[in-house]
Amino acid sequence: MKNKLIPLSIVLVFITIFIIFYKGLQNTNIYTPNTKSGFEVPSVSVKLFNSNEIVNTLEIFSSDKFYLLNIWSSWCVPCRQEHSILMELTKNDNLKVIGINYKDTKKNANNFLKELGNPYNNIIFDNEGTNAIEWGAYGVPESFLINNNKIIKKYTGPLNKGSMEEIKSFIK
Amino acid sequence: MKISKFFLIILFILPVNTLKADNEALKNKITKNLRCLICQGQSVYDSDSEFANSLKIVVDNKINEGLSEKQIYYYFQSKYGDWILYDPSFNKNTYFLWLLPLLIFFIGGAIIFNKILKK
Repeated sequence: MKNKLIPLSIVLVFITIFIIFYKGLQNTNIYTPNTKSGFEVPSVSVKLFNSNEIVNTLEIFSSDKFYLLNIWSSWCVPCRQEHSILMELTKNDNLKVIGINYKDTKKNANNFLKELGNPYNNIIFDNEGTNAIEWGAYGVPESFLINNNKIIKKYTGPLNKGSMEEIKSFIK
Repeated sequence: MKISKFFLIILFILPVNTLKADNEALKNKITKNLRCLICQGQSVYDSDSEFANSLKIVVDNKINEGLSEKQIYYYFQSKYGDWILYDPSFNKNTYFLWLLPLLIFFIGGAIIFNKILKK
């Protein structure tokens, strides 16, 4: 009995290891930070794009309206793709779209907005990319749906029609 | 007179330089323990991506604000999760990671001990 138990347990261990590795092969090896909601809006001083004024983020997201914070840049190709979605969303009275202009020059950013339209109620100028880090972002574009100073949903990558419908259902 | 002036200048410059060197060493130590999320497999220290460069600036700012190494790790951990640290702290998500080698060591030790006793 004992003689059979040892090879059996070895086989079991190998099968377990094989299953773990086999399952692991199907997982993506690119880590994305968790997108769980409920985080509070970070309270940091930021520079406004148009006025160069320094304000606290809590002043920007003060009302109980819904806000969509969108990190964008003129050099970012996926930002062009999602711009029409932002233009569509900004028509909604319950939603204010706020932009973080990420590692960009004012000239290029202005040209981008002239060409595609300006969906933003306010823009934060983040030429060092440090403001985006406060939000836990690591690239462009990324968007955060905010209500009552809390992030209720995070979108990594360009917004699409599906995410637009989801945002609309949130702000109804 | 000239010599005393010279020494006075040296006396003023020296502590500033040591402080800067200390900060630089701390910044390097911290950025070597932060994982770049864009070019995964590289530390923030090694990476030259936009994200890593911004992270280096944030680390610099936090050191200048007087935050300790532990507080800076905690800051990044709260933003990006445990994955950003190459040396994750001991918490409920990492119990298994930290305790498994110890467990294997003790089980292995127990088996060897058992065999020696039998002999």
